[in-house]
Amino acid sequence: MDELKEIIKNYVINEYLEPDSEPIDYDTPLISGGIVDSFSMVSLKRFLENKYNIQIPDEKATPEAFDSVNKIAQLVREFIKV
Amino acid sequence: MAFSDSVRQLYQEQLKALREAGIFKEERFIHSPQAADIEVEFPAGSSLKKVINMCANNYLGLSSHPEVIKAAHEGLETHGFGMSSVRFICGTQDIHKKLEEKMTEFLGTEDTILFPSCMDANAGVFEAILTKDDVIISDRLVHASLIDGIRLCSAMHDTYKHSDMEHLEQKLQMYQDKRLRLVVTDGVFSMDGDTAKLDKMVELCEKYNAMLLVDDSHATGFIGKTGRGTHEKYGVMGKIDIITTTFGKALGGATGGCVSGRAELVEMCRQKARPYLFSNTIAPVIIAGILRVLEILSATTERRDKLERNTEYWRKGLMEAGFILKEGDTPIVPIMLFNAKLSQDFSKALYDEGIYAIGFFFPVVPQGQARIRTQISAAHEIHHLDKALEAFTKVGKKFDILHRSKQEIIEMYGL
Repeated sequence: MDELKEIIKNYVINEYLEPDSEPIDYDTPLISGGIVDSFSMVSLKRFLENKYNIQIPDEKATPEAFDSVNKIAQLVREFIKV
Repeated sequence: MAFSDSVRQLYQEQLKALREAGIFKEERFIHSPQAADIEVEFPAGSSLKKVINMCANNYLGLSSHPEVIKAAHEGLETHGFGMSSVRFICGTQDIHKKLEEKMTEFLGTEDTILFPSCMDANAGVFEAILTKDDVIISDRLVHASLIDGIRLCSAMHDTYKHSDMEHLEQKLQMYQDKRLRLVVTDGVFSMDGDTAKLDKMVELCEKYNAMLLVDDSHATGFIGKTGRGTHEKYGVMGKIDIITTTFGKALGGATGGCVSGRAELVEMCRQKARPYLFSNTIAPVIIAGILRVLEILSATTERRDKLERNTEYWRKGLMEAGFILKEGDTPIVPIMLFNAKLSQDFSKALYDEGIYAIGFFFPVVPQGQARIRTQISAAHEIHHLDKALEAFTKVGKKFDILHRSKQEIIEMYGL
């Protein structure tokens, strides 16, 4: 299991979904699918920045880049120092 | 670029897509003044039909009140038709200042500034008082005009789950590093009819050093013991930093809005809010009418008391008939149907029975939460509500949804 993806997925579930929401997977379109509005992604960005001690520039934090757990994980990996 | 055939075709396709998606909006033409009984031309070109209006924001029944009309006539004579100027050049009359003072007094705030609409008030307020060093934390169900205003502002924006005070507290903790924090909510949420927990919100804002903005458009004039709004209902008058509200609903229902609150914040709007700076304010004739509305409301609570009684009667009648309602105690009473098409078919069937009530569905409300939203007025008499209840019950039986659970309705009609 990919720990980063699970962390992101759990955050999305707790932060944005209602108890009776449909389950999501790593590829579920979050913003374009109407599950999360693009405004609300700010808190996820901040959460990831704090947790991994990174800075994601605003120009990289596009609705497209935040549209699924897989895409978000890919973006975060660009900034995590190996 | 000219409006070429290909450009025209592009727009025609977009409009066609709206029709096909079932979200193309059509106006219904009303040939009478706004009231409980209205005459409607719908569809366009058809003969007039007398119907009971169950979907106006005319909460206090003042939209066509004889005294308000008389005051507007007098205002037209004494102050003219238009100002042909924005406020700070030569567009401010004595009555504009008078209305600002009266609203400050009515809402129990420090100062007030008028805007052409509450949409404009919400569009202008954030940019005028916040910068990129600040954060706005808003309820996820706030009105579209607040969202638009927030988008025009450089401050960071985050949201909290609808009316979830624990979640709001987490967000307030998360943004303690910001220069300023502004929490934003509707007083009464326009689609669900529930109210923001302003007592708790004030507590949290004080604890975490945040300002609080409340859009009280669906509350001013009738919520609270003397109709001052949700801040009166929750016992926090004087503790809301910014109230935005409208004159386009309970307070005569014409046009106009305002920002009312801390003196410095209002002054910042006067200096920097673009819809105030670059647009004419409310026309004198309307100001004169609103001033009369405030006199009527300050003299007696009779109208808001009647509205409260009507709302209780309506809710009780619908519950007994077997409908599923959104819980609440405001005059916004949503009847839950869940399925989008059912909400439209139900609305049409009601219209055939002489009842004008609109069905709402995604994206106006969340997916799977389609509904008929009814709005009660002090202009309704018991005979209006009885006739409407009879029609709702008849249509409810026709669609076989009475005394059924949410699950049963979804099984019958889908989501």
